[in-house]
Amino acid sequence: MAKRGDWVKIHAIVLRAEERSPHLPQDTKKVPLEMWVNGFLREDAKIGDEVQVSTLSGRIVSGTLVEVNPRYTHDFGDPIAELLKIGPNLKRILEEN
Amino acid sequence: MYEDVMKKRGEIIKRAVGVDYSKFEIEGVAFNYEKMMNEAGYSLDEIREIQFETQVGNTPLVELKNLTKLVRKYSPAGKGARIFLKDEAANPAGSFKDRRASVSVYHAKKYGYEGVIAATSGNYGAAVASQAAKRGLRCIVVQEAFDSRHIGQPEILEKGRACEAYGAEVVQLTVGPELFYYTLKLLDETGYFDASLYTPFGIAGIETLGYEVAMQVKKREGKFPDAVLVTHAGGGNVTGTARGLRLAGATNTQVVGVSVDLHGLHMASDLDFNRKSFTTGHTGFGIPFAVFPDRVDVPRNAARALRYLDRYVLVTQGEVFFTTEALAQVEGLMRGPAGNTSLTAALAIAREMDNDQIVVVQETEYTGAGKLPSAQLTFAKKMGVTVKIGDPIREDEPGKVIAIPESIDQIATIEYPLEKLRKSYFKEIVKTYGKRKYSNVEIEFMSEDTHTTFDNVKEKLKEVL
Repeated sequence: MAKRGDWVKIHAIVLRAEERSPHLPQDTKKVPLEMWVNGFLREDAKIGDEVQVSTLSGRIVSGTLVEVNPRYTHDFGDPIAELLKIGPNLKRILEEN
Repeated sequence: MYEDVMKKRGEIIKRAVGVDYSKFEIEGVAFNYEKMMNEAGYSLDEIREIQFETQVGNTPLVELKNLTKLVRKYSPAGKGARIFLKDEAANPAGSFKDRRASVSVYHAKKYGYEGVIAATSGNYGAAVASQAAKRGLRCIVVQEAFDSRHIGQPEILEKGRACEAYGAEVVQLTVGPELFYYTLKLLDETGYFDASLYTPFGIAGIETLGYEVAMQVKKREGKFPDAVLVTHAGGGNVTGTARGLRLAGATNTQVVGVSVDLHGLHMASDLDFNRKSFTTGHTGFGIPFAVFPDRVDVPRNAARALRYLDRYVLVTQGEVFFTTEALAQVEGLMRGPAGNTSLTAALAIAREMDNDQIVVVQETEYTGAGKLPSAQLTFAKKMGVTVKIGDPIREDEPGKVIAIPESIDQIATIEYPLEKLRKSYFKEIVKTYGKRKYSNVEIEFMSEDTHTTFDNVKEKLKEVL
């Protein structure tokens, strides 16, 4: 259950596949144009409900509630074996004289 | 719905940019570019003042002595130019894009707009959000962020986070050029200013960058740089930097554009979207925007790379990741990969130049989660791209193989002839204007717009007609 005032993420379909621009590659043409936006929930709701949020610019936007307190999911990644020797090798060359 | 909004495009943009482009039109293909830059933009002194107010610009210029030393190890005797780097990551939001945003946001504030909107998946979003925060305007950033499986490109997700951190609303969309449609809808709904990347404001903001590069090198070394390497995507970086160099009097400095080679990947393709490790500074923007600059949201694009390019080269994704790692490990500068595109080319081009010559790389960008080589390559592997050590040019296959060089001397550039860009430019003109005859005024314009002679334009037009 999400409370009014919670920071949430909503989802909406902006254009259905058949409404999209006529100038698209085949793969993109088959799928809808979708949107996600974060905001403060205007009324108590649960995941999957149609809700309204107030965004950081102050707009009121409607969509399906998909996440409460949405997490930033990107990270620093794993160590990359193919990169790990670059530094040591260059340093060795610099130390040669 | 889509068609209705697109029909109102001209009207929406006119209100949202506040520039009457019709007064710069001459005839057909031709318009008065310098008049547009002078009347709609700001002077260099005004921009320096605007940028000073919000802490933009005056970034440090640093000599990369260790990278220069390494390059010289593999250069013929007497070769190996000194490499200098303009550390644009020192701008408030971490990239040269702050220069563009500073002028647009200043202008929006001055003309009473309540907020600004930028359609960008790049550093420009954070730049606009940061400048809007300083000037007390509301801000919306519209990003192309996800494929249809809701998998987000890590670099774009990071930029979205940065925009929110500066207090902007971030609208994240799936792949497709209708980003522009949605932006028009928002401009119409909010009445905000369109902080387009392609207005005279956005370009004039970068002139200070070229000017600073010229003056900083001159002050320190007693001469202007021999070459300035500029990462090229939409054309603004090349245009603004080159204009700034000229304003400083550095008319003999060679301007070299550099893009990451992403040939074969379609920019509007849902499947290709997450198979690239660079979201800007690549050929997917660099080539189309150079050959048809007016493909943008505003009627006339102020970013016109072909006017200013002396040379255009490509580098591969693997080479840029190597260079990013090298910059961190031997120069102690951890910066974002996309901003190191032109640095990568510098490692190859410096080898051709004399060792008393100076090559300047005119940007860096901030880095962190999502933007590091480790973040991008972890993602690439997950998306099925092969990451291997190998020949970065011969084994490179955008979307399939990223080959990381084993040694710095494997870094090379791929020449992209300006004549080839010009030919495409003329093809686009013929396609867009749909006519076979062009007046002398139009030919004169095209010769300026492509940095070539009147007779060459006539000849090249004949070839494509």
